[in-house]
Amino acid sequence: MTPKQSDRRTFLKSGAVLAGLAVGAPVVGNSVAAQPVPERIDDLHLYGERSRFVNTSRNGSIGNPERRLENEPRAFGLRTPLQDSAGMITPASLHFVVSHGFEPLDINPDEHRLLIHGMVDRPLVFTVDDLKRLPFVSRFHFLECHGNSSTGGPGGATRIAPNATAQETHGFTSCSQWTGVPLSLLLKEAGVQKSATWILAEGADPSKHSKSIPLAKAMDDVFVAYGQNGEPVRPEQGFPLRLVVPGWQGINNVKWLRRIDLVDEPYMAMMESTKYPSLKLDGKSRWFEFELGPKSVITRPSGGHHLPGSGYYEITGLAWSGGGTIRRVEVSADGGRTWKDAQLHDPVARKAHTRFSIPWNWNGDECILQSRCSDDQGTVQPTAAEVAKLWGADVEFFRKTSLIVGDFNAIQPWKVNRDGSIQNALF
Amino acid sequence: MRCSKFLAAGMLLVASTPALAQAPSFSNVGRAATKEEIHAWDIAVAPDGKGLPPGQGTAKEGATIFEAKCASCHGQAAEGGKIGPTLLGSKNDIETFTTLRPVRSIGGYWAFATTVWDYINRAMPRNQGGSLRPDEVYALTAFILSKNGIIRESDILDAKTLPKIQMPNRNGFVPQRFEDIPDERKRGCRQGICP
Repeated sequence: MTPKQSDRRTFLKSGAVLAGLAVGAPVVGNSVAAQPVPERIDDLHLYGERSRFVNTSRNGSIGNPERRLENEPRAFGLRTPLQDSAGMITPASLHFVVSHGFEPLDINPDEHRLLIHGMVDRPLVFTVDDLKRLPFVSRFHFLECHGNSSTGGPGGATRIAPNATAQETHGFTSCSQWTGVPLSLLLKEAGVQKSATWILAEGADPSKHSKSIPLAKAMDDVFVAYGQNGEPVRPEQGFPLRLVVPGWQGINNVKWLRRIDLVDEPYMAMMESTKYPSLKLDGKSRWFEFELGPKSVITRPSGGHHLPGSGYYEITGLAWSGGGTIRRVEVSADGGRTWKDAQLHDPVARKAHTRFSIPWNWNGDECILQSRCSDDQGTVQPTAAEVAKLWGADVEFFRKTSLIVGDFNAIQPWKVNRDGSIQNALF
Repeated sequence: MRCSKFLAAGMLLVASTPALAQAPSFSNVGRAATKEEIHAWDIAVAPDGKGLPPGQGTAKEGATIFEAKCASCHGQAAEGGKIGPTLLGSKNDIETFTTLRPVRSIGGYWAFATTVWDYINRAMPRNQGGSLRPDEVYALTAFILSKNGIIRESDILDAKTLPKIQMPNRNGFVPQRFEDIPDERKRGCRQGICP
């Protein structure tokens, strides 16, 4: 049992004792009254826990500078353990977290409001319960940080290290079934004026993160989510409301959403205009690179796994694209000389992780495994050399730059050694 | 007795094309926002200065406020500390942009002075965002811009002068014109990477 589980079980047991003591004497004070106090032994099972033999978890850090230890490496978030994943859904408890150094908020949903205003005929205020009365969509979508798989910046050295796991190379992507109200519906209720061309979405976090999004996208497939994988959106994911902006860089998916301002220009908020532009070697920065390209990674076997011996293994992984639906995933077991189509597993959804697999017999020799995907726009996942060309650089640039390399969607090679160990072979 | 009626699904389905300036469809869901609510929440400031409140400040005034409210995180001379990053820089940092160790400082990299004002106003001091008065935000913005060699210590920043400040790297971003930003296909972006 991990210390954390042990703590929780101990707490629940002492809570049961507390409940006994508290009969006829209501507990006063928020800290105690807010905790569920089980009255029956079965209350311990009312919210499930995983097996004590399963310990896969996120790694990294929220990056809160107030809590950073003296020698703690810089990190910009918590990564999903893709190497242990099954299917295409990420459990909410393992969803990656990037919150720019701020702790998740503790919002009472009864007190939370969403304001829609600016260039509208009818500025409106919605409660969370209001939104649940409206027509909704329930869709599978991946969210991915633009810095996922970056070879530079915080975590870059870990990502390119030979012993990197899939979590360290690709863990800033996750996929959920999100449920919420189409933003177009809410905007129609407010009556968008002709002059509006952008929205400014704002969160309730301490930095009031704000993000400019073109109105055409806001009216297309964006929605205000209150549900994630069958339960309310988790606090680290923006409880009680977050924006879901399918296929676009994670930064657009504003958490703890409290305000949508209809405006007529991008507002050049701090993150979008100073932190997220891609500075290329010509000295110019590309800003507002919204859509994420097609990307895939073999999750099993992958870095850190160990094959006990030659013989049969089902190779499996995930593929996704901000451009649409994954149409094809090919896998190579010979360093890219030959490729074979993998099977795509249901559900194969638009702008969602898609699970793929392919049978493989390992003969015990050294080899390179890799996958490449294509989407319904016909866009094919590039090699590192091809990404470098788009950057106007050579591959060495990715190894050496100190900056976060945004939208790095290169094919990920894994090297299988004779002893069955598996290594990151990007470089 | 019927107490309800089902609405034809098509009536409520949201059109995929922008449905502008239409009448509301959902009876009694949500409520009208009051002017006071909007005023209290509407903190955003645009690059052209839209949203900037009345008030003013100079770098000299900013130095005093900085020492009291900012230096504990950002360092006495704004050189950066354990919690806050350095706020120093200059237009000379542009020369590092073509290297493998580019320096993206406020004075060298940021495109708009309004972004400095907006971020201080909404987010600073850490965990106390929104606590500074407009005069204080103008003064702190002036202090930082002066430390970055963008304005003089005696320059007065207000809603008129702040948006007029030309940041050295304003033309370092592609596309330059706002109206060219939304359509990534027209921009020739591929794989999430724009030319």
